[in-house]
Amino acid sequence: MRAAKFRQWLGGLPIHVILILVCLVWLLPTLGLLVTSFRPSQVVTQTGWWTVFSQANVSGAYARLCAECHGTDGKEIPTADLSSPEIVGQFRRSISLLAVVRQDINGQPHMGDNPIPTTQEAADILNFMRSLTGTSATQRFTLDNYIDAMVGYRGTTTYRNDCAAGTQPPDLSCVWWRDLGNPRGMGRAFMNSLAVSIPATILPILFAAFAAYAFAWTHFPGRFGLFALLVGLQVVPIQMTLIPISRLYAQLGLNGTFLGIWLFHTGFGLPYAIFLMRNFLGSLPRELFESSYLDGASHWTAFWRLALPLSIPAIASLGIFQFLWIWNDLLVALVFLGGQHPVLTYQIANMVTSLGSGWHLLTAAAFISMALPLLVFFAFQRYFVRGLLAGAVKG
Amino acid sequence: MAASTQEIPSVMKQGRVVPWLYLLPALVVMVTFIVYPGLNTFYLSFLNDSGNAPATQTCVSGQPCWGIFENYRYALTAPIMRQAFLNNLLWIILMVSWTVLLGLLIATLADRVPYESVAKAVIFLPMAISFVGAGVIWKFVYDYSTGPTQIGLLNAIFTALGGRPVTWLTQWPLNTIMLIVVGVWIWTGFCMTILAASLKNVPTEVIEAGRVDGASEWQVFANITIPTIMPTLIVVITTMIINVLKVFDIVYVMTGGNFGTEVIANRLYGEMYSRFNAGRAAAIAVLLIAVIIPVMVINIRRFREQEASR
Repeated sequence: MRAAKFRQWLGGLPIHVILILVCLVWLLPTLGLLVTSFRPSQVVTQTGWWTVFSQANVSGAYARLCAECHGTDGKEIPTADLSSPEIVGQFRRSISLLAVVRQDINGQPHMGDNPIPTTQEAADILNFMRSLTGTSATQRFTLDNYIDAMVGYRGTTTYRNDCAAGTQPPDLSCVWWRDLGNPRGMGRAFMNSLAVSIPATILPILFAAFAAYAFAWTHFPGRFGLFALLVGLQVVPIQMTLIPISRLYAQLGLNGTFLGIWLFHTGFGLPYAIFLMRNFLGSLPRELFESSYLDGASHWTAFWRLALPLSIPAIASLGIFQFLWIWNDLLVALVFLGGQHPVLTYQIANMVTSLGSGWHLLTAAAFISMALPLLVFFAFQRYFVRGLLAGAVKG
Repeated sequence: MAASTQEIPSVMKQGRVVPWLYLLPALVVMVTFIVYPGLNTFYLSFLNDSGNAPATQTCVSGQPCWGIFENYRYALTAPIMRQAFLNNLLWIILMVSWTVLLGLLIATLADRVPYESVAKAVIFLPMAISFVGAGVIWKFVYDYSTGPTQIGLLNAIFTALGGRPVTWLTQWPLNTIMLIVVGVWIWTGFCMTILAASLKNVPTEVIEAGRVDGASEWQVFANITIPTIMPTLIVVITTMIINVLKVFDIVYVMTGGNFGTEVIANRLYGEMYSRFNAGRAAAIAVLLIAVIIPVMVINIRRFREQEASR
């Protein structure tokens, strides 16, 4: 009996191994982004993000090459106290540390009989020295990247440093609520994303609810044909309409305005929204509407008092789907808003090309843009998945 | 569409104008933003770069010219466009097969473990974030440094195993494959979720009967499960093809279409908004929809059939 159970467990083992491995591969890239966004900028380009989990490994090179003279705590030589932040602070990069260990001290090689560390070892040693300075507890993780990204700081240290030192960074005032409005910052972009997404979610759902009500509960010639036609517009891809609309907007002066992008998203959200809402409204019991009419209700009251409140589940799925679709959109924002009201995706795409390797800012910025979708995802997973699946064939 | 046959109560048939008032906002917006621009794009594709003269005028004497179809000549024969078509083909073949196979594998395996919902949430997670965010995440994974330490995960693994660091995003076709990996990472959760729902609908009696008759697990899967979920599989495949044809953000953020990674949608954006050639951009858009519509028709038909049979 026990052997049979063991065999069953053994038979299931490959499944667990494969599945957990796949999940790890899926999580690792995002984990790297998250960890990096909390690391101080000097460290980000010096060591891989995974080293934050393996402090023992970092001390390895130090223990082998330096501990003999400097001591394991770095305090053995009083004139070269490796636990002093001033001394360690002189080495901004491992290259400068290498330069020092290559020099002779009192005519003797710095390293004595030990070999000169490799560049990799030098980086590890420098890291260990940084952790020795005792500031490591605060130095290992920091919120500065998020602050810098939010206010759009582009200097060489951090926003907090510059402001504390009284050297005001260009076009920042060091008054936090004013700096959050900096057009280059993610704080402003976050507000812009909200300003785009919220009306562009409400408008199509409202219009779709009106239309869906007409299709489901009013009588007019050709209603089936028109419904099929409108829903069929889902096949038109967004790329097909960008060019005429941007020409039209140029004439109307709507390029770079919120109104322009709201209307565009409304147009594109409608076919799918009408389809979903009509199917939902049509499935409500007909007696409900009939009796309310016999009680003297008009279409108007039936719509606001009956149809809309009852379709909350459909509206929730639809709303979450539409909101995230717009929040995550780059193409439409790029074309119709551009740099006038930069949204999160636009700002990040810009940072990727202009910052090059400013990974500490880029990772923080990316995470700021992902925070809301992740929250929505975890809070309303069921609605989100449902809305997404129903919208599978959206154009 | 079972609901559409429902009778409207006669008391509700009030007024001839009322229904149209309810339809008006949606109709106006949809005509302005979908119908008109869709037709206008067709028209523009036969005009020159600024849309004020026929495309014939852009022909250069002594070089091949397709007259009014000059923009289509560019869209079909220019080297950069050929590269884009080739890459889109690569995207379709690799990304669709990987996402569907991986999605099917994970859905099948997750069905047999107690932590099914956690595993599925992990795989589905990338669907919630933007392509731009995913682009940053993976650009960091692919990071290449000339210095001693590699901070990109992939190159760190590579060098730790004794290899030399690789510039993942600068050599074709490696870079396109690396971009496709990002797409697979994003879309596998989508395929998995749809396929998982349909796997749960495969009747257990049939599977049990197959097992009793002595079929191996693999035979059950190939001869019972796959044929049963075939309609869903087709919906997933066609949906993925459409998604892949429109892929833009990943390429725009990670390589900007450079180093031979150009795709149709990014080219369209480039023609319109960096080279300001509306005619060529419109022709590319028309080609795009010409490829998409047949796939879309299959997709919607299948989707509706499935809805009806539920």
